[in-house]
Amino acid sequence: MSDAFDVVIGLEIHAQLNTVSKCFSSASTDFGRGHNENVTAVCAGLPGTLPVLNKHAVELAAKAALILNCDIQETSYFVRKQYFYPDMPKGYQISQMETPIALNGFVEFYLDGDKQRVHLERAHMEEDAGKSTHYGEYSLINLNRAGIPLLEIVSKPEMTSARQAAAYARSVRQALRFAGVCDGNLEQGSLRCDCNVSIKPRGASELGTKVELKNINSFRFIEKAIDYEVQRQIQCQSLGEEIVQETRLYDSVKNKTFSMRKKEEANDYRYFPEPDLLPLVLDPSWLGEMRSQLPETPIAMFERFTEQWGIKADDAELLLSERELVEFFEKVVALGADPVLACNWMTGEFLRLFNEDGTATWDCVPLTAEQFSGLLELVHSKKISGKMAKEVLEEMWGSAKQATEIMKDRGLVQITDDTVLIKIVDQVLQDHPDKVDEYRSGKEKLFGFFVGQIMKASRGQASPEIVNRILRDKL
Amino acid sequence: MDLLNLSACDIPNLVKQKRVSATELLQAFWKRGTDLNPKVNALLAFNDDAEQRAKNIDKGLVKPGRLLGVPVVLKDNFCLRGMKTTAASRILENFVAPYTAHCVQRLIDEGAIIIAKSNLDEFAMGSSNENSYFGASKNPWDLERVPGGSSGGSAVAVSTRFAPVALGSDTGGSIRQPASFCGVVGIKPTYGSVSRYGMIAFASSLDQAGTFGKTVREAALPLGAMIHRDPRDGTNVDVPYSELLGGSQSLKKCRVGIAKEYMVAGLSSDLSRSIESIIKKLEAEGCEVVEISLPHTTFAIPVYYLVAASEASSNLSRYDGVRYGLRDIETPDGRPAADLAEFYKMTRSRGFGEEVKRRILLGTFSLSAGHYDAFYTKACQVRRLISQDFTQAFTHCDFVIGPVSTDSAFKLGEKTSDPIAMYNNDILTTPVNLAGLPALSLPLGLDSQGLPMGLQVIAPAFADDRMIAFAEALEALIDFTEVPNV
Repeated sequence: MSDAFDVVIGLEIHAQLNTVSKCFSSASTDFGRGHNENVTAVCAGLPGTLPVLNKHAVELAAKAALILNCDIQETSYFVRKQYFYPDMPKGYQISQMETPIALNGFVEFYLDGDKQRVHLERAHMEEDAGKSTHYGEYSLINLNRAGIPLLEIVSKPEMTSARQAAAYARSVRQALRFAGVCDGNLEQGSLRCDCNVSIKPRGASELGTKVELKNINSFRFIEKAIDYEVQRQIQCQSLGEEIVQETRLYDSVKNKTFSMRKKEEANDYRYFPEPDLLPLVLDPSWLGEMRSQLPETPIAMFERFTEQWGIKADDAELLLSERELVEFFEKVVALGADPVLACNWMTGEFLRLFNEDGTATWDCVPLTAEQFSGLLELVHSKKISGKMAKEVLEEMWGSAKQATEIMKDRGLVQITDDTVLIKIVDQVLQDHPDKVDEYRSGKEKLFGFFVGQIMKASRGQASPEIVNRILRDKL
Repeated sequence: MDLLNLSACDIPNLVKQKRVSATELLQAFWKRGTDLNPKVNALLAFNDDAEQRAKNIDKGLVKPGRLLGVPVVLKDNFCLRGMKTTAASRILENFVAPYTAHCVQRLIDEGAIIIAKSNLDEFAMGSSNENSYFGASKNPWDLERVPGGSSGGSAVAVSTRFAPVALGSDTGGSIRQPASFCGVVGIKPTYGSVSRYGMIAFASSLDQAGTFGKTVREAALPLGAMIHRDPRDGTNVDVPYSELLGGSQSLKKCRVGIAKEYMVAGLSSDLSRSIESIIKKLEAEGCEVVEISLPHTTFAIPVYYLVAASEASSNLSRYDGVRYGLRDIETPDGRPAADLAEFYKMTRSRGFGEEVKRRILLGTFSLSAGHYDAFYTKACQVRRLISQDFTQAFTHCDFVIGPVSTDSAFKLGEKTSDPIAMYNNDILTTPVNLAGLPALSLPLGLDSQGLPMGLQVIAPAFADDRMIAFAEALEALIDFTEVPNV
């Protein structure tokens, strides 16, 4: 049935710009403070107060726009979007409309091995509203969020599946996080995503009626909510019911969307230029400087890792899941570690230890890149076996010791001396004459048994490569 | 010593040299206010902290600035920490500001004493002071007449000698018109030169704080302190001159423009005669008087009322009864508001007066979908033309002079039933605000009814210092010395 329809999806992502103070006031943006603690006279909309644009917010917005390949507008304007709501103290939200800071742009990402590109319509700056909590007879208002700087990133309505939309949203988050523009924390509301979903008969050029999904706080739920909504719309169509233009909320427990407000009830926002703020004019040379200082994007890193360094796509994706993880990885490689080896160890043992360590955070990793690259060097040059290396890593975690020190302390130095190893090999072969006979009569699987016995006799310190060579000679 | 008629410019030195104590000066004005304010209703509240402040000045505890010991009246739309700031509205009747306006703080930093808050049209919307929730202030020259508005209370306060100087705000003539009606000097500086932080907004792109004084020099004294860069107002700019009172302007070879559109048919014969006479005096002094044209003047009233009302409708949205100010949510049938819409409706219907509501409705209409382009956008386009008129005119002259309003003060209640007639009163002052220019009003003389007439001086943007120097020269030529007998 769904083959009869094209699905059309557009996303509006609200990203909190990572500033210390609010967009138009000096109030703190610190999350988790007491109710209404991050509030100044300006945030509370007291009579006579005026907004003053936060320069850092503009810098971050411009940086984001560059990362998202937008056309930055050298002159943009703020407007007032007017509606009454108790958690919006001024009775209007300062936003941008026809002349935002950024137009056009695109985001690229890989989905199932295919490189995809989603185009953007615009990105504009605006301030967040406060938060209302309703308790039956009364409501409480917290203005800590009121005036937090946001960048709203509006995609073109050109995505065709829930999976693609979720992948797009993830890559936007990743790009913003990597550029240090937004911390991307969905639970704390520093990244929010509204999805516009419509269906139309396959191949039709005219778009169907758009439904806006709000209140989705994870990428998994973006996918589920859109999937549910598409099915709901298809069902509506097939039952001959009209799809109404409306805003629907997603309930993740019931995995359903339900109507919040119909379009007819929508406000006339009476946008007009904000007379308290001058036009925002960006200096082209300042922009040029910023452009030249942009960090490498995650997708460029992904391509470098996979195409130049031969790292598998899945591993590269895992590395790129956290900015700090990939930064650590890059440091380790810069210190001389083999990229594939480093990647395997980072995505394996390193992440395991990190996740098991209750106190480790990305700000405070209990291991330095120098320690880790030292260990990888020993592994690479076969001075230590994989098993030994894991033990060393565990001991190194949270200590200031280098791998070589730990090995020395534990007597874990690998035995590479032929004369010593020959003695051990001889002894093992002498202890198992029957197995030697079996091997020689064709049971070659027993090779591994001998290696195991030799490693055991050497307390794991024998170099497996040298042991293999000697054993093959002897047998 | 005649304390009430001391020049504000002399007070700081007299106080510093202990020839006059700040306390006796304050008490003299305080007594004058207590005695006469019941007649003129110019002051809404005295500042309880003023006495202590005067004592501190006398004890030498206050840094001797350029306003040391000068009592100043604030129009009650300037916030002063700890004191009620009402904007003469019921909705802010009990609002106590938790902070002080930047320009007021500047006065305090220079040693001024804030003596009282003055009456105004609610949220500075009006030309007669009759829109005050606390009742109109009255013209000291004739108590049956309006003092003008919206800064009527401040004009009356200076005219009646409740203080040597006072603060006002001018959005469409709200300083110049009451100054002319009350026979005092009122200065509105270039838009952007005084920070608006802490001044309750009416129309952001037009509002500008200014001052009243008995003389040009006195009015310019506090203004000089108020013109000061403030990072809390994004539209506040650095001015090109270092001292407002530092400019000089010789009348010789000065080019003075007379706008033919300002000498309109409705101009009172007394006013037009007085202006003719001052033109002759200027020419005798060696001034070159040229006729100029400001062709879009006729559109100023509709443009001004659309722009101002649109911005006001937005600026006044914050008075919703949620965080501060009046919250009155009982419905006429005695039950509490059923929902949010009713909550707003009850509070705002009762909190705002008729004129404020009229302008909120007008502004909301002009910004609404379907009307925006025909009203707001069109008004902004014509605003630019009005501004260009002045740019063009100032290629032919250094200053423009003309009337402030078409007649002297009208009677209380005379125009209240006809809002359009009231609005038309602002035809000669609003163009200046639309163009963001500096302008002032200075007393020109009394008309045949014994009422003061004002002369308006308009200068190019940021030529405030030259404008004041020119006005001082004019003031000497006019030599107006009358005072009202209250």
